[in-house]
Amino acid sequence: MMGAEGDDRAERFRAAALGHLDDVYTLARYLLGNAADAEDAAQECFLRAFRHFDSFRGGSAKSWLLAILRNVCRAEYARRAETATTADCNSAHGGQLTPLWESESGAPEAAMLRRLDDAAMRALIAALPEPFREVIVLREINDLSYREIADVTGTPVGTVMSRLARGRALLRTAWIAAEGPQK
Amino acid sequence: MTCEEEVMLNALLDCELDAVHARQVEEHVASCPTCAAQLRDYRVMRGGLAGAQMRYAAPRSLRTRVDARWTRRTREMSRRSLLQGFAAGTAATTAVAAAGVFLFVRISDETRLFGEVVSAHLRSLQGNHLTDVVSSDQHTVKPWFAGRLDLAPPVVDLTAQGFTLLGGRLDYVDARPVAVIVYRRRTHVINLFVAQAGGDSPANRRTMQQGYNIRRWRERDLDLIAVSDITADELQEFADKFSASLNSSS
Repeated sequence: MMGAEGDDRAERFRAAALGHLDDVYTLARYLLGNAADAEDAAQECFLRAFRHFDSFRGGSAKSWLLAILRNVCRAEYARRAETATTADCNSAHGGQLTPLWESESGAPEAAMLRRLDDAAMRALIAALPEPFREVIVLREINDLSYREIADVTGTPVGTVMSRLARGRALLRTAWIAAEGPQK
Repeated sequence: MTCEEEVMLNALLDCELDAVHARQVEEHVASCPTCAAQLRDYRVMRGGLAGAQMRYAAPRSLRTRVDARWTRRTREMSRRSLLQGFAAGTAATTAVAAAGVFLFVRISDETRLFGEVVSAHLRSLQGNHLTDVVSSDQHTVKPWFAGRLDLAPPVVDLTAQGFTLLGGRLDYVDARPVAVIVYRRRTHVINLFVAQAGGDSPANRRTMQQGYNIRRWRERDLDLIAVSDITADELQEFADKFSASLNSSS
């Protein structure tokens, strides 16, 4: 088992990682959509992280953990896709949504968005297609920079920026719809 | 609005632009009502999403499981090395053996064991996990374990001594089934984990993990671990009365 050296490693891991558990769990909740799966994923994330702690080269431990969690969640997606018939995550935002750069045309300029309650906001995020939901949560809720989001998702910063722009546009449209009729 | 502008608008909102570009985008927004409205709405959205209540707090059970694996281990290990003469010593030795009989014995790291026991205790307090057999009658609880485990855990009635018998359940510690006898002290639950003792089981331990008091002792070839959030003294009292009652009843 572990000797003094292993315990030192464990202590360093704990100092680096444990403070980010809420962030890991939060992202898992938004990506997986329920508490039980999120809990499993977060635990698996910490197990993997501890196993690969030697490969962590400093930097942001939060980004590092979230990247691991993201991989765990993708494995879960794959598992769900096997049980479901066809779960192409891209199909969710294929046809019915307005194209990105036109979606704002005719947006009300006078009426300002109203605040929604937490449950309503969570529902809106849950309804976002996967790559946009992920980037919105990482930015707004996990509070990561573009660079960190790029590290977590393994995509170029440019991709992060365009997904975020599209994600926010989608969210705004859904938000307005959720407010119901203005006035 | 162009694609480029939309991205830049977001970057402005996210404070990801240098001063020069930020100025450019701000100038554009000042002259473009559509972008101004969008930026305004995005700030409302951000204000809502950034609230603490949009985050999820990791459940205590998860925190315990994740933490138990590293934290308490190490903390206890360093403390334990200060205790001279404690049987287990500091060198972790035996791996978990294949033989399932000696449950607690083969676990080389008592701290990890206690971590699991605390986790099981916490789990038992959630939902309806506390008891599989609900009875304040020791003659109901005791036979319930027969056929479910290879040992007959002692079940004694301590109601008169201030510890109400609630029932029993099977639980899993180190991936093996153990007997748990559940008592209550006022509003506090005491879980008593019972397993077959082995030759090198530590005799007596009092410790605390994650705010829970733990009392471990040996009794007639049994390895007993009591966990609760009652005080260490009360838990000691529980252990003493349990032992006394056990020895007077036979």
